[in-house]
Amino acid sequence: MAISLKLNGQTHEVDAEPGTPLLWVIRDELKLTGTKFGCGVASCGACTVHLDGEPVRSCQTYVEDAEGAEITTIEGLNSKAAQAVQAAWVELDVVQCGYCQSGQIMSAVGLLTGNPKPTVEEIDDYMNGNACRCATYQRIRAAIQRASDMMEA
Amino acid sequence: MTLNTSRRGFLKTAAAAAAVLYVGARPDGALAAGSAPAQLNPFVKIDADGTVTAIVKHFEKGQGPATGLSTLIAEELGVSMEDIQYEFAPSDPSRYANLAFGQFQGTGGSTAMANSFMQYRQAGAAAREMLIKAAAEAWGADTSALTIEDGIIKGAGHAAPIADFVGAAAQMEAPAEPRLKDPSEFRLIGNASVKRKDSPPKTNGTAKYAMDLHLPNQMVAVIIRSPRMGGLAAGFDDADAKEVKGYIRAAVLPNKAGVAVYAENTWAAFQAREAIAVDWDFSGAETRSSDQVRDELLAAVNSAPEYNVNGADQTATAALIDGADKVVEQTFYFPLLAHAPMEPLTCTIEADEDGGVTLHDGAQIPTGPHFAMAEIFQLPMEKIRINTMFAGGSFGRRATPTADYQVEAALAFALTDRTRPVKLVWSREDDITGGYYRPAVAHKVRVGLDADGNITGWDHRVAAQSIMKGTAFEPMIVHNGVDHSSVEGTADSPYRIPGQFVGLTDVAKATTVLWWRSVGHTHTAYVMETMMDEAARAAGRDPVEFRLALLEGGGKDQQRLAGVLKLAAEKGSWGNAPEGRSQGIAVHKSFGSYVAEVVEISGNAEDGVQVEKVTCAVDCGLAVNPDVVKAQMEGGIGYGIGHVMRNEITLTEGVVDQFNFPDYEPLRIGDINAIEVHIVPSAEAPSGVGEPGTPPSAPALANAIAVSGPRVTELPMINSGVSFA
Repeated sequence: MAISLKLNGQTHEVDAEPGTPLLWVIRDELKLTGTKFGCGVASCGACTVHLDGEPVRSCQTYVEDAEGAEITTIEGLNSKAAQAVQAAWVELDVVQCGYCQSGQIMSAVGLLTGNPKPTVEEIDDYMNGNACRCATYQRIRAAIQRASDMMEA
Repeated sequence: MTLNTSRRGFLKTAAAAAAVLYVGARPDGALAAGSAPAQLNPFVKIDADGTVTAIVKHFEKGQGPATGLSTLIAEELGVSMEDIQYEFAPSDPSRYANLAFGQFQGTGGSTAMANSFMQYRQAGAAAREMLIKAAAEAWGADTSALTIEDGIIKGAGHAAPIADFVGAAAQMEAPAEPRLKDPSEFRLIGNASVKRKDSPPKTNGTAKYAMDLHLPNQMVAVIIRSPRMGGLAAGFDDADAKEVKGYIRAAVLPNKAGVAVYAENTWAAFQAREAIAVDWDFSGAETRSSDQVRDELLAAVNSAPEYNVNGADQTATAALIDGADKVVEQTFYFPLLAHAPMEPLTCTIEADEDGGVTLHDGAQIPTGPHFAMAEIFQLPMEKIRINTMFAGGSFGRRATPTADYQVEAALAFALTDRTRPVKLVWSREDDITGGYYRPAVAHKVRVGLDADGNITGWDHRVAAQSIMKGTAFEPMIVHNGVDHSSVEGTADSPYRIPGQFVGLTDVAKATTVLWWRSVGHTHTAYVMETMMDEAARAAGRDPVEFRLALLEGGGKDQQRLAGVLKLAAEKGSWGNAPEGRSQGIAVHKSFGSYVAEVVEISGNAEDGVQVEKVTCAVDCGLAVNPDVVKAQMEGGIGYGIGHVMRNEITLTEGVVDQFNFPDYEPLRIGDINAIEVHIVPSAEAPSGVGEPGTPPSAPALANAIAVSGPRVTELPMINSGVSFA
């Protein structure tokens, strides 16, 4: 079926079966590969995108349910929080293999957009669903704190 | 458009086309240079416009070689880190072999920096000398008056970018022995402020992994594999799959190991796979359960060992222990473990116009799939090309001696008319159930102590599933029947243990096994370091002092191990845990590097343990990129601790019980509250960092838990009465 998606500020007409995860439409149809496939069961967070500004797992979001929403992927980030998060990520060299980091960043931006000054406990709670097999967690935590400081400055 | 036919214009164009300087080595190892890469393996390329590119022979799975090898070139050549690019080398073992692997091009054993350190520095230094010589000739200056800094050649009243001399330098012979910088001259090597080259693309979503490849007209293939090792596909029914939009067809693989399902896109392939019923022939398949394997391993460590690992007299050791004042004895069991890299396995194969094929892959040991594909497609080696892309983690999994997933892709591609590229995609379930696990292992150790608490004898039995036997690595690693990867870190530990006997028994595998971040050290360090703790406790001595006593009077090996042990103890406030906290310590040498870690926990085994802080000291020789070293220690610690806390792969009648992250729960952000890494300053040659952070982490945690809780000898810890906060 034809579905109209608003993604990163642009409208895309896609042909997808109902029940298709938004993840695969973004990756295979729209060829935006910054959003990653990690587990397919909402257990790792690598596929995190924003739906109307809220982080969701795109592997568990049906494409038809995203119709009408503003979808943002890592490629379309541009908010103040996003700029701070991405700058902090580079400043602290958070990444190793990097495969989970789009999802980590999408979650971190979601956190700081709603809570610009999170405590360590709030960071750990919010980021709990984003797995990093390289275990870059220490730097993720530090980069979120750094981004929080940058947003305040 | 104006056609420029003047001779001057022609010459200018020809010069520009030729003006690329490659510097590398000939197959015999001698430095070589030229304007084309044909006769040498280039490590650095300098284009006519002065663009410097490091050609990285190791794949980047996050461990940092893209940054590290670029640093070596930039340092010796005299350019900034911002002005050097990198690309991954093509697959050609005659040119890019890992010096530690013999005839294989590949990454593993934490060797990337160790085996590249001199090669890449020499290439950078040779390029520097050639460019300076070209400038000196042009300026009529003495080469000794000229230097290159930030890509500018200067001295003798001149200054010009290196681009101006690329053409002239490309005509020169490479110097046989270029002068390498003295460490006192280093500006980039050892500089903690050097940034990772791959941070920006991995932070904005533009980094391309093999999973991200979309070739025009590609098909996606997924495989239905036998649920039991050794099962064979006898046929399938895909009637229901034909209802899935985008499904193309399915076919039994030529080796019968599975059924390839082809579709227009990934989701259609996954959906179609669910709808296909495969008829399996399990007559030759594995039927054992992991409990039986465990029993076999435990029986083996309680029997006479198959192999004497270190040539010691077992009877004499037994007598030393039997006659001791005290005996400490423990039996250990380690389960199968999956690697579970974040990017599920994937690769793509396409046909080339000349009849060859190209594999696009996050290739860890490209030589493996290179040979396998040449065999499958009956093509000469030079018609097989491998495009190495970023790898989303590996921990060893992307390097199998059988080239398992690349062979699947090749077989799936070979079954088509080869007009469409085939992208093989594994799901997470494929990954968790797909074999190639850290082998299950058992140990039994008896240690004798005299009245003063000194070790009198150490009887150490290991029973393992051999990783190396039957692989191309066997001649290098298996000697007199002993697979060294099963026992590394025991008899060859720097500890000067009196009366140490190590025996090994191989136990048959119930599934495929593979090296896993730090290989044998994943279990040997756990056993050595928890036994050290047990022995120290039985002797009534401080665990740090007890270990140091076994290193006293030794050589450099012992001094370096003692060095990190003391540094970790000092930085981790050993012996001064805050109220309500316990500390454990462990130290281990692996891959040429020495790492000690203090783990500090709160809570307890019954109510929940929380890892509060890990303090790490590492001696990896000269730390080329100190921040990458720290990152690898942080990651290695997390990898070690996460798995011993709660991960295992089990089999029920040959079928893997776990499927995905919900039942193979990864380490999460809140599991470790803080990690602090200290690097020992060193002028020694660089050694590994990708793996050595892992081995001491698990025993240090176990030792902290044992202060007021159980001594965990059966892993994972959640199976031994330890809960985590």
